[in-house]
Parts: sequence; C-alpha cells; structure tokens
Amino acid sequence: MVEELLKLQNIYKNFGNVKVLKDVNIKINKGEVVALIGDNGAGKSTLIKVITGVHSPNSGKVFFKEKEVQIKSVAQSRKMGIEAVYQERALCDQQELYRNIFAGREITNSFGFLDIKKQRKEAEKILRDYIGFTSKAITVDSQVMGLSGGEKQGVAFGRSLYFNSDLIVLDEPTMGLSIQETEKVLNFVKGLKNENKSAIFIDHNIIHVYGAADRFIILDRGEVVGEFNKEDISREELVQKMIQLHESGKIKVED
Amino acid sequence: MNNLLNSYFVKTHKLEISITIIAVVLFLIYFLGAPHVFTRFPIYRAFMQSMPFFGIIAISATFVVTLGEIDLSFPSIVGITSLIFGIIMTSTDGNFFIAFILATSLGMFAGLVNGLLVTKIGIPSIVATIGTLFFWRGLVNVISQGSGIAIVDVADGTWHHMIFVEKLFGKIPMQFIWFIVLTGLMQWVYRYHKFGNHIHFVGDNKASAQMMGINVDNVKIIAFVQLGFFSALAGIFTMYEMLYFWPTQGEGLMLTTLAAVFVGGTSVFGGKGTIFGTFIGVLIIGSLESGIVALGLSGFYVKFINGLMITVAVTVYALIQRRKN
Repeated sequence: MVEELLKLQNIYKNFGNVKVLKDVNIKINKGEVVALIGDNGAGKSTLIKVITGVHSPNSGKVFFKEKEVQIKSVAQSRKMGIEAVYQERALCDQQELYRNIFAGREITNSFGFLDIKKQRKEAEKILRDYIGFTSKAITVDSQVMGLSGGEKQGVAFGRSLYFNSDLIVLDEPTMGLSIQETEKVLNFVKGLKNENKSAIFIDHNIIHVYGAADRFIILDRGEVVGEFNKEDISREELVQKMIQLHESGKIKVED
Repeated sequence: MNNLLNSYFVKTHKLEISITIIAVVLFLIYFLGAPHVFTRFPIYRAFMQSMPFFGIIAISATFVVTLGEIDLSFPSIVGITSLIFGIIMTSTDGNFFIAFILATSLGMFAGLVNGLLVTKIGIPSIVATIGTLFFWRGLVNVISQGSGIAIVDVADGTWHHMIFVEKLFGKIPMQFIWFIVLTGLMQWVYRYHKFGNHIHFVGDNKASAQMMGINVDNVKIIAFVQLGFFSALAGIFTMYEMLYFWPTQGEGLMLTTLAAVFVGGTSVFGGKGTIFGTFIGVLIIGSLESGIVALGLSGFYVKFINGLMITVAVTVYALIQRRKN
C-alpha cells in the first residue's frame, strides 16, 4: 500500500530574472528514498531548499501528508517533520556539539534561557545511541571544528533521527568523505526505509545514488526531464542517460 | 600542575585566563611603580567612576562584534540621546521617567536604523554605521546649535541622581555597581539565553545558522537595537555625573570602547567572544592613562602604550586561534 508523503505541484522559482525551477512536479511516498540527479545548476539544491523552507516558491503547490501546506521557514518544515542534513555546512565550527544539535530549537525555560543540563544530556544520548560515537576524544562539549567529515555527518544524521522526522533531506551526504565513511552514510540511508521514513537526496556520484535510492528524478536546467524506478533501469543505463543528457541536452524516452 | 593545565576549565577558558593574567601583571606594574598612588583608595574610586561610561557600551558591543559586525555610530547615539534627555529633563522640570523612556527609545530607534541598513538594505555594517555616526552627530549640532544644556537644577539631589551616580556607603560610585550588575546579566544572556546562542551561530557561519532555522536578520537587528539602548543608558549615566550636556558628548568613546572589546579577546571574525574578557578589557584600557601618568611617564606615552597593548593582545589571540585550526 503506497502512501503519499510529499507532493510538489507546478513549482516555479525565480531568482530575479533567472528561472531556476520551471514547472516541477515530484512525489515522494512513505518509506521511499528518492535521488535527485542532474548537473550543476540544474536546480537540485534550490528544489530541496523549497522543501525545507529556506526558499519559498514563486508559484505552485506543496502537499505534505496529502494536505496543502505553505512552508515559510525552516522552523516550520521541521515542525511538520522534514529534517535537512546539509553535511557540515549546517554545523557551526566554533560552537560546541550540544549547542549545534539544538541550534534553532533550543530547550529553554519560559524566559528563553537555555536548559544547558538537559541539552547536554540529550546530546550525550544522541552521540551514544544514534551515532554510536565511542571515541573519548569527542564529547558533547567538543567544538565541531575538530571532527572529521564523517563525524560531522554523523552528528547531522543523529540530529535528524532524534527529532523523529518523516522526511529526511540529504544534500550531497557523501561529499568529501572517505570510502568507509561513505559506506556508513549509504547504510544509514538504506536503514531509513526499515523505519518507514522517507528520504530525498542529492549526490553527484551515480554509483552511490544507484545503491541507495528506489527512484531517480533527473533535473536539467530547472525541469524534471526524466524519472525512473530502480527496477526499470540498470546502473549502466542510468549512467548512459546522464551522458546522453550532458551531450545533447535531451533524454531519449523510450516507450 | 599538569592536571590543572589540562583541566576542562582551563582548556575552554584560555582567552579569559590570558586576559586576566595580562591585567594582573599590568596592575602589579602600577602597584610596584607607583605605590604612593596605587596603595590608596582614591585612584580606584576614580576608576570606578569613569570606567562604566564606556564599559557599559563595550559589554553591549561585544554582542555586535561576536556577530562579525561592527558599530561605529554609538558615540553619536550617545550624543543624540543625551541631548534629548537634557532637553526633556529641563522642559518637564525633571520628569525622569519621560526623559528616560524617550532617550532610550531614541537609542533603540537609532540601533534599529543601523540594523535595517545592514540586513534589509545589505550595506556592510562598517560603512552603514559611518553614515549614521555622522548623521546623528550632525543632528545634535543642528538641534543644539552648538550650546550645552545644564541639568543641575532638575537632577542634582534627586533620587534618580542618587541611584545613578552617587556613592554607596560614601565610597563606591553607583555607576560601578550598575556596571557590575549589567555585566553579570549580559554574560548570562550571552552564554545561556537563546538570543546569545543565536548571536554565536550567526557570527560563526551565517549560512549554516540560516539552515538551522535561526532568523539571521532578526538576530542582527536586535543586536544593534540593544547597543542603541545601552549607548543611551551610558549617555544618561554621563549626564548625571556631569550634570551637563555638551554637543561633543560621546565623541571620545569610540576607540576606548572597541579597544576594550578586542583586548578582551572577542574575535573580530565573529562566532567567539567573552563578556568577562571585555570586562577585563575595560579595566585595562580604562586604567592605562592614570596608570601611565602615575608611573611618572609623560602623558604623551598614553596613546603609544594603548596602541601597543591592543596590537599585542590581538596578535596573541590570532596566534591562539591559528594554533587551534
């Protein structure tokens, strides 16, 4: 039984005169991992920023759990159950881990003062239970600066799991990671399905994408130019499609 | 000893410890070089009297500097708000509440203008606040026509004069008590309030802060607004101390105030800072002039040694930072 989680309908987004998204229609079901692929400038990042509330679309409709919504801010999308993992780009280097985990949704009393004790305790739990950090060198009081790319990624994932989101948005989750760390990240993505969570992710590496995703959506210059289920296309065919798109600017759609 | 050096507290408070050591060494030099001055109370009373005027602004400016921004307009905000305070006090026969509320509201408005220019118009803060620096000072000159305002008749001997600047137990200037209380309060906000937390994240990395759901523009605007408020407050303290408004009021504040923030260890690159450090910075910068003269050096050395202090301090902090990275 397929249950729809997120649907974008006729989304347009301009930055000044530049049309970055043109009539984009996509759908993500519960428990499904969807990969967004396309060249630089295809509009992938803009599209996920529309989903996470960083940008508002100029026109078009967004449905979440079959209800029409307008996502106006990151705080709102988080509240609905959409969590973004922007790799280390969404962590602040000079601040402590426990502050990073709760940045933008601090645990506070009614005067807005932080409950440091609780934040540290919960952060401790996230490090141990969700991320599995065992290294003594990393504590909740560590600055993010000293972490490796994979560890930062782990913190970002841990954060998304802790807040119990339905849809996890991953922007280039394997960029700059070592092979082992990449493996961990991809396993994490696959693991999401078991918990009936959905994910949408961007990655330049087709091999990574192919292994982890159920469905592929190809964007080109702001438009959806192709959509394939994994069972309908082999990895080689997908690579061929991308090369074809790169060379001719078109995808040949066979019936 | 080794244990102590490696303790968590020491590791996380390197800046605060360095600046405290510098201050202690400096006061030791004063003490040994001019014992006839520094073993007696009057010099400390003089410090407690004069430091809060720029100290209050320095504490508040630490928030703006932590954002990676700067405000150069506060000397003129002190000027315009003091002028308004003087005008209202004299024209209402000493109605403290109206004068206080209007002067601090004007200060916050001036801060709001800075904040909007920086966030909504997108002018770099160093440029925007040079503009408002001239604007508010110009307005002071236009309104006051170059003359001062005496508030001695409406302020001297009142309860507000008492709570702002008179001596507690005949010894401790009230402005110093206020300065300590405000420093404590602002330290609390800086480290343990949501707003202080957001200041750190925005100053650290604006784009990341945005993606984490922090409203970057609002945080910046509020930071400028609170600096406007505390500039007005510092102006009011000065008015009570002097019982007089003069059109250049506030003009000497810029360099000492910002020097105190930077000597105190707050990073000019944003994201990291310390209110305690700024407090010690105020003690250092605020004591240099008297200290140098008391040591028997001529007054010509004051700026020179001031410059040396600032340059050495920021170099040390930059090196500490670089080693970390």
